[in-house]
Amino acid sequence: MIIQINKLTKTYQRHDGAINAVDNLSFEIPKGSFVTITGASGSGKTTLLLMLGGLLRSTSGKMLYNGNEINLHNEEELAKFRSNHVGFVMQSFALVPYLTAVENIMIALNVKNSDKAKNRKRAMELLEWVGLDDRTTHYPKELSAGQQQRVAIARSLANNPDLLLADEPTGNLDPALSEEILTLLSEINKNHNTTIVMVTHSPMAAEYGNVKIQLQNGKIISHN
Amino acid sequence: MKLTDLTLKELWHRKSQLISGLLAITLGIGVIVGIRTISVVSEKAVAVNLDNLGANILVLPQAASVDNYYSADIDAPTFPESYVEKIVTSTLPGVDNMSPKLTRRVKIGNENVVLTGILPKSEIASKPIWQKGGLLGNHVNASCSPSPGTQPAKYLDEKLQRKGIDTLAESDCFIGSAVAQKLNVKENGTLTIENKTFKVVKVLPETGTVDDDRVFANLHTVQALLGTGEQISAIEIMGCCAAISDGLLGKLRNILPDTRITTIGQIVSTQIETNRLMNKISLVFLIIIIFVGSISIGNYIWANVNERRKEIGILRMIGYHKRHIYFILILKAILMGLVGGIAGFIVGTFAAIWLAPQFAGIQVSPIYTLLLISIAISIVISVVGSIIPAYMAGKIEPFSNMQED
Repeated sequence: MIIQINKLTKTYQRHDGAINAVDNLSFEIPKGSFVTITGASGSGKTTLLLMLGGLLRSTSGKMLYNGNEINLHNEEELAKFRSNHVGFVMQSFALVPYLTAVENIMIALNVKNSDKAKNRKRAMELLEWVGLDDRTTHYPKELSAGQQQRVAIARSLANNPDLLLADEPTGNLDPALSEEILTLLSEINKNHNTTIVMVTHSPMAAEYGNVKIQLQNGKIISHN
Repeated sequence: MKLTDLTLKELWHRKSQLISGLLAITLGIGVIVGIRTISVVSEKAVAVNLDNLGANILVLPQAASVDNYYSADIDAPTFPESYVEKIVTSTLPGVDNMSPKLTRRVKIGNENVVLTGILPKSEIASKPIWQKGGLLGNHVNASCSPSPGTQPAKYLDEKLQRKGIDTLAESDCFIGSAVAQKLNVKENGTLTIENKTFKVVKVLPETGTVDDDRVFANLHTVQALLGTGEQISAIEIMGCCAAISDGLLGKLRNILPDTRITTIGQIVSTQIETNRLMNKISLVFLIIIIFVGSISIGNYIWANVNERRKEIGILRMIGYHKRHIYFILILKAILMGLVGGIAGFIVGTFAAIWLAPQFAGIQVSPIYTLLLISIAISIVISVVGSIIPAYMAGKIEPFSNMQED
């Protein structure tokens, strides 16, 4: 198992009382699986994804990564966990606007390795792999939505993560581009044995997963 | 792509913001540099003008008072002329000019006049060791400069240059205007003092001082005439104001322990007070600009951090630590401080060079040491102003990039 979570809870304090966005969840994610998490808005799927990626501290519960407990309350440890093991693909692409395609990938590589020439070579390889070797010096605003998402996917693979987390990666794309991106994610899952956890609204996208989790009010209502 | 590259790219990407941020710091530093440049030159000009008022240190015999010196009583104490040489050979910094004098009240006809023996330049020049001490009455080159290494001020008006008496023959004398009037003597006339006849080579213009009642003759002639031997009543010293502040009087007392050394208070205190006032004004502006500048830069960086929330969230998401975020923002502040300091120095210096001659009638040259000070102050202002925004930026959550505008 790449991920094991045990009684994971995230509580938000609001003016009308506390609310559990993720409520006492326990489940495991097998290594190399393609997990899709679906659910209505407010069901807690994005909150769960953020905690799996070490982006959000939990209120209580445990998370094990490859059998080792991750301290979900230590910011520095979480930052190290993210840079070493996790890649992220976001609905809004999350690219830095004033950096070119290749530079957007290089900033992710720079966290672990400051060798500029080596990082540039690796970034070029990744852009070539996602079919953007002719767009390396383009800024995000000069790329189409699909191309931006490809750059984001290339960046997410920069440090060879074992775990790739995708939050509505096709949310801003038309059906044809969505299928292109989902196919790319499937290839990553199969060819690199990268575990993928994808949050989606789309039933079509959810079909790409081999493990499907459905959430409602912070609890799992189906898992198969 | 390193953090430095990222910082430079971001600065270039938001050029208009950068210019407005730089403008604030450039103007602030420009004001400091402009004021400082003008005040340094002004201090020198004031020092030069005050120097022209005359000597500001008096060396008197231990038992004498300043009143004794001016009243020139017959029994006023004296000390050996060799004391002049003691001061010269000590090569004390800050002693610009010296004038040994012997003064006695004498009667010419029915009139009381003060006979003063002085040394002309020609006699001083005959003693090479004395020349080293500046006894030739060289042009005063604003030795009271507050900033060592800066260019000396020059007299714009040649008339302001201190005049020394070049030659004074054994039987020549200069007389004050009041004496000339009382005795009805004109230039090239004669004057008999203690049975010795002197030729009046010059009637001095009216000064409104005790000098108007004096007759100036060669020191050694006066010594012989009065039978005092190689004795003098006083040494008038043109001491540099800054050197006086730095303890010149104490050093003179060490060299001449059996004398009474005093300053002509009004001149010295005016000079010191003027310098202090100018320094205080510069300091007040410096404090205001550091305060306002820090707030201004803090405000700019704060706005920049808010604009970059998503971007900072992205960096945090892909594994950047808080310290990386601090580094990016503080580096940005340092770069802005560096550029702002250099630009401020250029703006302030050019403003001073352009404005000072028009409004203050003084010529200003760049003070290059201010460049380093400008850069240092500018960087401190920028970094201090950026500390709180940088700290707050470190608190931005890594998922901030997922939040919609």
